[in-house]
Amino acid sequence: MNGVNHIAILPVLVPLLAIIANILLGDQRAKSRVLGLNIGFSGLLLAVSAMLFALQFGAEGIATAVYPLGNWPVPFGIVLVADRLAALMVLTTSILAMAVMLFASARWYRRGTNFFPLFHALTMGLNGAFLTGDLFNLFVFFELLLAASYGLVLFGGGRNQVRAALHYIAINLVASFLFLIGVALIYGSTGTLNMADIARALPAIAAEDRGLFEAGAAVLGIAFLIKAGAWPLHFWLPNTYSVAPPPVAAMFAIMTKVGFYAILRLWTLVFAGGTAEEAAFGQAVLLVLGFATLAYGSVGVLSCKSLDRLASYLILVSAGTLLLSVGYNDPGVTGGGLYYAVVATLAAGALFLLKDILDQILPSEAQVLAVSLELYGDEEEELDEDQEVSRTIPAAATIVSLCFVVVGLIMAGLPPLSGFLAKFAMISSAFSADDAPTAATWWFMGAMVGSGLLVLVSMVRNGINIFWVSLPEGDIRLRPMEIAPVVVLLLLCLLMAVAAGPVLEAMTETAMALHTSAPYVEAVFAGGEAQ
Amino acid sequence: MELTLALAIGVLAGSGVYLVLRPRTFQVIIGLSLISYAVNLFILSMGRLRTDAAPILSGSDANPADYADPVPQALVLTAIVIGFAMTALFLVVMLAARGFTGNDHVDGRN
Repeated sequence: MNGVNHIAILPVLVPLLAIIANILLGDQRAKSRVLGLNIGFSGLLLAVSAMLFALQFGAEGIATAVYPLGNWPVPFGIVLVADRLAALMVLTTSILAMAVMLFASARWYRRGTNFFPLFHALTMGLNGAFLTGDLFNLFVFFELLLAASYGLVLFGGGRNQVRAALHYIAINLVASFLFLIGVALIYGSTGTLNMADIARALPAIAAEDRGLFEAGAAVLGIAFLIKAGAWPLHFWLPNTYSVAPPPVAAMFAIMTKVGFYAILRLWTLVFAGGTAEEAAFGQAVLLVLGFATLAYGSVGVLSCKSLDRLASYLILVSAGTLLLSVGYNDPGVTGGGLYYAVVATLAAGALFLLKDILDQILPSEAQVLAVSLELYGDEEEELDEDQEVSRTIPAAATIVSLCFVVVGLIMAGLPPLSGFLAKFAMISSAFSADDAPTAATWWFMGAMVGSGLLVLVSMVRNGINIFWVSLPEGDIRLRPMEIAPVVVLLLLCLLMAVAAGPVLEAMTETAMALHTSAPYVEAVFAGGEAQ
Repeated sequence: MELTLALAIGVLAGSGVYLVLRPRTFQVIIGLSLISYAVNLFILSMGRLRTDAAPILSGSDANPADYADPVPQALVLTAIVIGFAMTALFLVVMLAARGFTGNDHVDGRN
């Protein structure tokens, strides 16, 4: 086997090595070499993901990297499949992880114990979930990332965190059981757990087993919808995300996208490739839930008075938009949805980080922070050290407020930034999908534009409250390590707006590949033979 | 045997769901455990019910029809381990919540 074949497993192995290294070194807080090591691992992961991405998007046609684990031939062993969608999601995860890692290295990792191993475990679970081609393996990676996320929600401790984590864990345990029931039903009716093999075996299953299979798919879908934050299964989300430590919440911005990814992957593979009658299975449900999530999220955004809750509801808005883009079942719309998924993840992550920066600047919040510092045992020396690290950056207030404006424009989908381009791509594809726009098309457009308006109103109101009312006079002190990741994340969003043509084209091709599932199935079987 | 197993799964899942919806954290955790038993039995039953059949092939001339399906058994083992670990973790969070709030209500207040 040559080196190229092994690249599909590297995004899982690098964080695993990072976990091991951290555990061997022990929990040594405030040691610069531990920091360097962890930033190094995140950088390595970013490099590996970028290589995987370049391999997928640079190659002619659809080059799917298939990695049979333990060299077992495909339907019998577990297989990792890095196609374009997986590579895209892995790269997004790695970019976000790098930014969050830098941000947390400035200050946050000292708030509790074992931040770095948990963080790497989360990225490992995310990458594994995106790469795996096996349903049960997907369950295992889900559990891995959930276990890490439980630890991270609780990171630093505190009454509200524990209370939110209690709900979060209970909901996710129930979701895991639903996942298992769905997987078992699908195994019982098709006799396989490999996603490509399921797609291949589906036309051959007996008519009386068909109902069993669809029941399994529906139960599995509910488990994914819980993770994706779809109405009415999302009530855990705003509470959990708003009490989680800001860097953790920023990383969680991609966790709802795992649910979206799983639905997109399985639904397009299994149902969208069939006849028109089969393709309709669950489509109405996805659309209705998408509309409901978008509506609930948008109204929720309006009700928010604090930035952390606002960001959590924005996650719901993006979850609703993404559900709609899948449910519309058109390659062009899905392509726009993929573009939106990347942009919304990066922008939401940036907003959670920005919120923490603003918390330090705003006077009332600063007092709360001081109290919590006392509670959680940061010594005074560290406070002094913090003072040294943060410095007066010229035009700091301008940078922070510009970042906020950019996030607002992206989230509301206003021109000229990438949020607008994503929504525009989705709406224009929706109109050109059929000969004449249907009722669903008009609803689709109305929901996109309407939610954008509500988000804009709320962002403007919060922006006025923060920047014109509460911001203190005089110089503002910022840590370069904290503001830099935010700026970089937003610059990437801007870059995606500048290079929108080629990026959108690549996304649409990716969506095309998803909607014709045969090449994926063939690639998995061809690449999965023992070598 | 089908009826016995179906009844067992149904009773376990039903009691589990009832308990998960109760307001006390201890009831929730017992409910989750019961659901996990029901799910494990359910996965096992998806490999079709067989008695006196070994799951692992022996010999090269073995007929697969004489053997039980090993995959669900492997899945159940994994599910048990993961479920056990998650329940243990939940228990710790539950105790922490008890310590913070002073009561065992899932919302932290009666």
